[in-house]
Amino acid sequence: MERMTFDLASSSLTEMNTFLHKGLEEGDKRHISVLNPDGAHNIAVGLNHPVTVEVHGHAGYYAGGMNKHARVVIHGSAGTGVAENMMSGSVHVKGFASNGAGATAHGGLLVIDGDAGLRCGISLKGADIVVGGSVGSFSGFMAQAGRMVICGDAGDALGDSLYEAVIYLRGNVKSLGADAQFEDMTDADYAVLAELLSKAGMDHDPKSFKRIASARTLYHWNADANQEY
Amino acid sequence: MDIKPVSFKRVSREESASFDRSTIDYIQNAAAHGLYEIRGMGAKRKLPHFDDLLFLAGSLSRYPLEGYREKCVTKTILGTRFAKKPIELDIPITIAGMSFGALSANVKESLGRAATAMGTTTTTGDGGMTPEERNSSKTLVYQCLPSRYGFNPDDVRRADAIEVVIGQGAKPGGGGMLLGQKVNPRVAKMRTLPQGVDQRSACRHPDWTGPDDLAIKIQELRELTDWEKPIYVKVGATRTFNDVKLAVHAGADVVVVDGMQGGTAATQTCYIEHIGIPTLAAVRQAVDALEDLNMKGQVQLIVSGGIRSGADVAKALAMGADAVAIGQGILYALGCNSETYIQDGKHISALEGYDALGTQPGFCHHCHTGKCPVGVTTQDSVLEQRLQPDVGARRVKNYLKTLNMELTTIARACGKQNVHHLEREDLVALTLEAAAMARIPLAGTSWIPGHNGY
Repeated sequence: MERMTFDLASSSLTEMNTFLHKGLEEGDKRHISVLNPDGAHNIAVGLNHPVTVEVHGHAGYYAGGMNKHARVVIHGSAGTGVAENMMSGSVHVKGFASNGAGATAHGGLLVIDGDAGLRCGISLKGADIVVGGSVGSFSGFMAQAGRMVICGDAGDALGDSLYEAVIYLRGNVKSLGADAQFEDMTDADYAVLAELLSKAGMDHDPKSFKRIASARTLYHWNADANQEY
Repeated sequence: MDIKPVSFKRVSREESASFDRSTIDYIQNAAAHGLYEIRGMGAKRKLPHFDDLLFLAGSLSRYPLEGYREKCVTKTILGTRFAKKPIELDIPITIAGMSFGALSANVKESLGRAATAMGTTTTTGDGGMTPEERNSSKTLVYQCLPSRYGFNPDDVRRADAIEVVIGQGAKPGGGGMLLGQKVNPRVAKMRTLPQGVDQRSACRHPDWTGPDDLAIKIQELRELTDWEKPIYVKVGATRTFNDVKLAVHAGADVVVVDGMQGGTAATQTCYIEHIGIPTLAAVRQAVDALEDLNMKGQVQLIVSGGIRSGADVAKALAMGADAVAIGQGILYALGCNSETYIQDGKHISALEGYDALGTQPGFCHHCHTGKCPVGVTTQDSVLEQRLQPDVGARRVKNYLKTLNMELTTIARACGKQNVHHLEREDLVALTLEAAAMARIPLAGTSWIPGHNGY
């Protein structure tokens, strides 16, 4: 497999991103190492080929943003909006992730080994997110579709104004958001969890998770609802 | 003797100014339902507007140009600051962002065809890009909204410019809503929502907060598009001076300012009528901001919110806008609030439809119901057929053409060979409010309230 390296200490981010968009052939599967990322924003955004990009260090905002097909691994921590609006492929953060991790992602898998900040999985639209640690407040806010697995704890207002996304939580939650509720786990839930945990390389018993989903009371403007939120 | 009570006929029919019939109706509606009113369109109250400005044309002190024959350039270029491929418009009049969901696929196709024929742009809205719209529009602006419904990198790459929407004039600080009756299977799929759900768009972007973050978000969109496409930032008019400066600092190529007359497909009435500032005041503040940063000409300004006629366009340009965007005017051109809809050349009465909504042509703002009697703001498979793309495209094209003719006529009268040469000096104000807001002297005086110590 062809390998190549971009050293961001000596070449520009735009040069690298433009190459990743325009310098690759359809179906290119090469392996790309990014050295000295030094917290740069927008590393490997808009990928559209099944390449593997390994970032050796910390990434800034929107690393792997809007990814399609590619596999992005960050050997460090990631700033705000990692894998935001991802369509397919995967992004794996070996360290911690900041706010809005996986925001609006439509597809693919985001794995965060450490903790994630506020609003993890906000407006999620179909992707899967597995967080090895804990997540901050307002995670899963308005999440529409997809699945979130939280192996640690969650902050306040988890799953506020949820639509059809489902959250699996292993630890404790400070508070659930409006319209979010605990539900019984079914065999289908255990199967989904086992699959996601295995894909993320995390060794937890699916039986130790609780399911959180929408009570669907905010789906319609209802004169008798007394505007609970 | 027969004693009659004193009868004050006039007084017994005196309407209260504070509690007029419309206010009483509002209170009783609130009492009956316990829920605020949601409706479409923009502010209905009377506001200081472009009507309150007049042009001083050529005479002895200025030369006019002959109204039809002499050259008057309307070409407009947007996105010259950073984008490798700026947008070139034949006319400075664009079609504002309106969503597929609010509007039908037929309407979106009509807009694309009309815009293409006139050499201007059309804009997607909340809910993503439809093939109808992309295929019919030569130049298409793709909105990046807080909800990110249907937002995807393929459409970013397919677009000709990206517009990051912070807010809209009808509802600065609020997200949109699309009531369940308009969330049909196609709309639901595009937005990843259950069919029939009352959909609330977010009011803030999910992955950035504040102007410093916005700068990075804009950089992401630039990196993603290899710095080719112009990035617009759209704000609803409130603290316009500061907002425009921050948008420019964040790296916008183009700033779109939408005044409170701007429309919506569904928003709480209290938002529409009580939040935001009039377009007239917003243009002045936006131009002030660009001049303050010495960015006039480098960052282009698009103004929207209640632009109706070629005179409105000319006044916006004279005040310093580079182009305008029109939403509601386009809907009216399509036949919104018309008594009839056109099927294969025949006019068919739509009055029954208005009646069912409890309204009449000329008053209708029921876009939110999805039951548009003329097939413009609907997702109903029967109603949407009432707007045929051929008819819609022709009517919108005619409307844009008329506006452009009016614009150039006024520009020529003012002696300008290029509509962008219209200037503040060509304008006077009719009212004190307009003079103060637009900072243009009251007609026949040199008085600008609040200026030069007065």
